[in-house]
Amino acid sequence: MSRQQTQRLASVLITLTAVLVFVPVIVVIVYLIWQGIGAISWEFLTQPPRNGMTEGGIWPAILGTLILTMGTALVSMPFSIATAIYLAEYAGDNRLTRTIRMAIVNLAGIPSIVYGLFGLGAFVLAAGFGTSILAGSLTLGIMTMPVVISTAEEAINSVPQQFRTVSLSLGASKWQTIWHQVLPHALPGIITGMILGLSRAAGETAPILFTVAAFYVPTLPTSIFDQTMALPYHLYVIATQVPGMPLKIQYGTALVLLLITLTMTLIATVVRTAVRRRRDW
Amino acid sequence: MDTAQAPPESLPNRRIGERIIEGVILVAGISTILIVALIFLFLLKEGINAFLDIPLRQLFGDRWYPIEGIYGLMPLLVGTTLVTIGAVIIAVPLGLVAAIYLGEFAPQWLREILKPLIEILAGIPSIVLGFLGWVALAPLIQNAGADTGLTAFTGSLLLAYMSLPTIISISEDALYAVPREYRDGALAIGATQWQTIWRVVLPAARSGLVIAVMLGIGRVIGETMGVLLVTGNAANMPAFGPGMFFNPVRTMTATIAAEMGEVAQGSLHYSVLFGIGLILFLITFVVNWLAARLVGVSGARTKVGGQV
Repeated sequence: MSRQQTQRLASVLITLTAVLVFVPVIVVIVYLIWQGIGAISWEFLTQPPRNGMTEGGIWPAILGTLILTMGTALVSMPFSIATAIYLAEYAGDNRLTRTIRMAIVNLAGIPSIVYGLFGLGAFVLAAGFGTSILAGSLTLGIMTMPVVISTAEEAINSVPQQFRTVSLSLGASKWQTIWHQVLPHALPGIITGMILGLSRAAGETAPILFTVAAFYVPTLPTSIFDQTMALPYHLYVIATQVPGMPLKIQYGTALVLLLITLTMTLIATVVRTAVRRRRDW
Repeated sequence: MDTAQAPPESLPNRRIGERIIEGVILVAGISTILIVALIFLFLLKEGINAFLDIPLRQLFGDRWYPIEGIYGLMPLLVGTTLVTIGAVIIAVPLGLVAAIYLGEFAPQWLREILKPLIEILAGIPSIVLGFLGWVALAPLIQNAGADTGLTAFTGSLLLAYMSLPTIISISEDALYAVPREYRDGALAIGATQWQTIWRVVLPAARSGLVIAVMLGIGRVIGETMGVLLVTGNAANMPAFGPGMFFNPVRTMTATIAAEMGEVAQGSLHYSVLFGIGLILFLITFVVNWLAARLVGVSGARTKVGGQV
């Protein structure tokens, strides 16, 4: 085979393989929309389940996921942004910095079910929070830290050095420079990372299995020490634990969860693209 | 900490305020180390009894019957290994080739459609993919001639697609980091595009590609809800051979997820499940540590903005 033939063959095979990667993604999304769209109605989105979950809606699960996502943001955001500022602006090239970076890499790799075990041992039992929104938010918040830290650090690092030099030369202190010059310019990037991290948290099941999720709660949560239903866990139980569950409701629940996480991913992507286009340095 | 340019000494209050803020920021940074240590300690505290109370012969035996108090981890280790190997066989070629396609072959307009598609794939919750695997993919596999659709292979297929975003985006970065001159040089001396990629670009990007694969494997080992739904959850030792991919298996992660809800806190079963968590933690720790050593976490990420 001549090298031109090899080139042609390689190019065809590579394109075909790429088709194998990308087409299933489209198929999955389209299939889920096609199967699930029929279930979605105003009632489905705003009513609690009825009749052993086989009728009614999924509002308590949607609300639970929104509450958990907000709780996750409250836990994760201050810690992650502070850590990112430390790494980008203060950390020297030393052992401590390397250890912190290593810790973040490892946090990013820990399986979500192991976060669930940690949340159970640390927050539910040792801290005495019980199975609660607080325990679940802490668990999910810690889980999202690596994503938020690394995107925030990248955003802070992308602010040009001259901005800092000018601010410092005008007599501003280091922290004033960070607060008034660096962070405002890095903010869109930080928000992007935050939303990406939260979209992951919103879709996670394993970390909330033992820390917060309830199969069915008759009332909506009123305090951070309450259990709550959540969409990912709800999908898991209605797909596997409830006999005779109408498929339509299962697909509808999966579609709602997908739409919530994809909307967040989309917002993050749009913010990032808009910022890159508008950036004037 | 850099102290090259100290702020003016005439502002003592401001300095104290700044010291406090900087202290808080330092504590936040150090807290990441503390969290990793705490996770390890809690897993150890709750799981240590499994390793102390169960004879090692039984712990690594091939029978997992918690109801009879028999906790042999072998079926779970084999289940995780099978699903992981299958996923790697599927995902590594697909991921690397997709990265090559995106980086070297795809026209610009197509790339701008396909890259968001990867982010969408990464954004699909694993429970949603697991659900589709359970209601749609497993019946397809059963119709294709398997005894059941819930097999190690079904799990591998699902996990392969879940790990593709990791593998593709990291290997694409690695390919992108190969200097333009390498390609120009190869093409200039008459190599075809494929020869350039195969003989020049891929070897140059090798360490990045290895990291992509390792982090992909890390994702596969730790994935829970997908495998819980589609692998059939049978803690048996499959007979050795290619057929073992088409039997139901049960992974370590799925075991924790399925059984933790039913065990009494402090019981031996409870400790064993934490012990499995500890093993998973150590496996992913080693995988990530190795990957980080390969990049040189300390050296590669030089400070862009921190030289104040």
